[in-house]
Amino acid sequence: MSDPEAKKPTTGSLTTRWLGLAVLAGTAAVALLGLLAAPADDVQLDAVRIIFVHVPVAIGAYVAFGLTAVGSLMWLWRRSAWWDVTAHAAAEIGVLLCGLTLATGMLWGRPTWGTYWEWGDVRLVTTLILFLIMVGYLSVRSLGGDEAASTRAAVVGLVGAVNLPIVNQSVNWWSDRTLHQQSSLTDGKLENLTLFTVFLAIVVTVLAGLWMMIHRFRIGWLERELRAADLDAAIEARRSEAAAAADLDADPEIAAPEAARNRP
Amino acid sequence: MRPDPAPDPGRPTPAPPAAGPAARPSPAAASRVLETWRDAALVADKDLRVEWRSRATLGQVVPFAGLVLILFGFALDAHRPTLRLAAPGLFWLTALFVTVVAAQRSTAAEAADSSRRMLLLAGVHPGAVFAGKAAAVAVQILAVELVMVAGVLVFYGVRIESIPLIAATCLAATAGLAAAGSLLAALVAGSRARETILPVLLMPVAAPVLIAAARAFDAALGSAAVNGWRWLGLLAVFSVVNVMLGVGAYGPLAEEV
Repeated sequence: MSDPEAKKPTTGSLTTRWLGLAVLAGTAAVALLGLLAAPADDVQLDAVRIIFVHVPVAIGAYVAFGLTAVGSLMWLWRRSAWWDVTAHAAAEIGVLLCGLTLATGMLWGRPTWGTYWEWGDVRLVTTLILFLIMVGYLSVRSLGGDEAASTRAAVVGLVGAVNLPIVNQSVNWWSDRTLHQQSSLTDGKLENLTLFTVFLAIVVTVLAGLWMMIHRFRIGWLERELRAADLDAAIEARRSEAAAAADLDADPEIAAPEAARNRP
Repeated sequence: MRPDPAPDPGRPTPAPPAAGPAARPSPAAASRVLETWRDAALVADKDLRVEWRSRATLGQVVPFAGLVLILFGFALDAHRPTLRLAAPGLFWLTALFVTVVAAQRSTAAEAADSSRRMLLLAGVHPGAVFAGKAAAVAVQILAVELVMVAGVLVFYGVRIESIPLIAATCLAATAGLAAAGSLLAALVAGSRARETILPVLLMPVAAPVLIAAARAFDAALGSAAVNGWRWLGLLAVFSVVNVMLGVGAYGPLAEEV
């Protein structure tokens, strides 16, 4: 019978519970404001409401990949295990958010551009490249081998980081090769309530990403400690075997014939 | 590998003589840079010699590239106008496949008997090892590209409108492909899934090189009215970034992987 007093292992804490509740409340507020209160667009009509998901998940992906780059750099520079686990956790959340960015972008593109995918659009293409590089990052992570895997992944993380400013600035650099509008948040084209809802959605998405990341970080940290404990146990077992062998050598009944054999 | 013992990179270098002006580089630093270049040239020479003796590029990689170009022809129904339009993209996609093969071979040669570790133990700077290996891979890719240019002229019926643009694009794109390929091949070296994971990593990283090189070729072959020299500038930036990443990241990778 299980002990009723025994606590279930969990990655949750008081902070994550409050953070989770705040994210839930924020999501409900964004849904209400975005679907009911914010006005429809004159041209795009209700399709514009996908901005409340698309822009926040895109920004969340940038933040996560930026964190992966910082973590990768800190691993290569300082061998910081904390940053290494952070980089891994951020990359997983980043890939999820980047995938959502592509999916919501395609869903938005169909009613507004008339197509799910446009090869001529540099931001779409560069985002896809970034997504694929970071999928590669996770593949390298899955290769195993602890420190070697961390170093390999850190290099891929930095390669991905090189792409980050290119994706972010692509609509400005190649304005003749994109269907994307210039930054909607800074050019004052959005209504006040729409703008407020977008900013609220960005905050909620970043907090949701942070909530997921903290849980993923704790799992990663526990995995690391478990591997270290397994290694310590294996070393201890080998030491015990060596000590047992030394005891046998020291035993006079076993050692004496051996010594006699070695005598000239 | 070389007669003089290499200086320990971790050891502090002696201060320059006080008499000289502060801005002048110290002779020790200048000789270290020279030595790094010399090491890179030695590594490139060694890799190319191994490649030449095995005749793998000539006997396997060139026929592979030709085969891919011909199969593209079959896939596009041998329709000359379509092939002419698609030639720049098909050329650079083939070059990317060639990079995967060449980079994989270059690292496989180092894997036997822990050669890479021994190179580092010999005191060769990791950046020099990377530069040498990438240069050797670049020479091989360039040699295959020379045959591929002849291939697209014959099989796809394209006409060259700007030889300098073709040459400059090949040089810049190949530097980027070789650098990215050599770095990522070193990254997956020794892992159990290196054959499958290298293309997964290299193809997205090389995608910007592929896009820019294909657009520059569009202009050089007259397939589309684009400013090829502008794309070449972008290509040069990508290539420089890839080379710098490789020189910086090869050290930690070589020590651990």
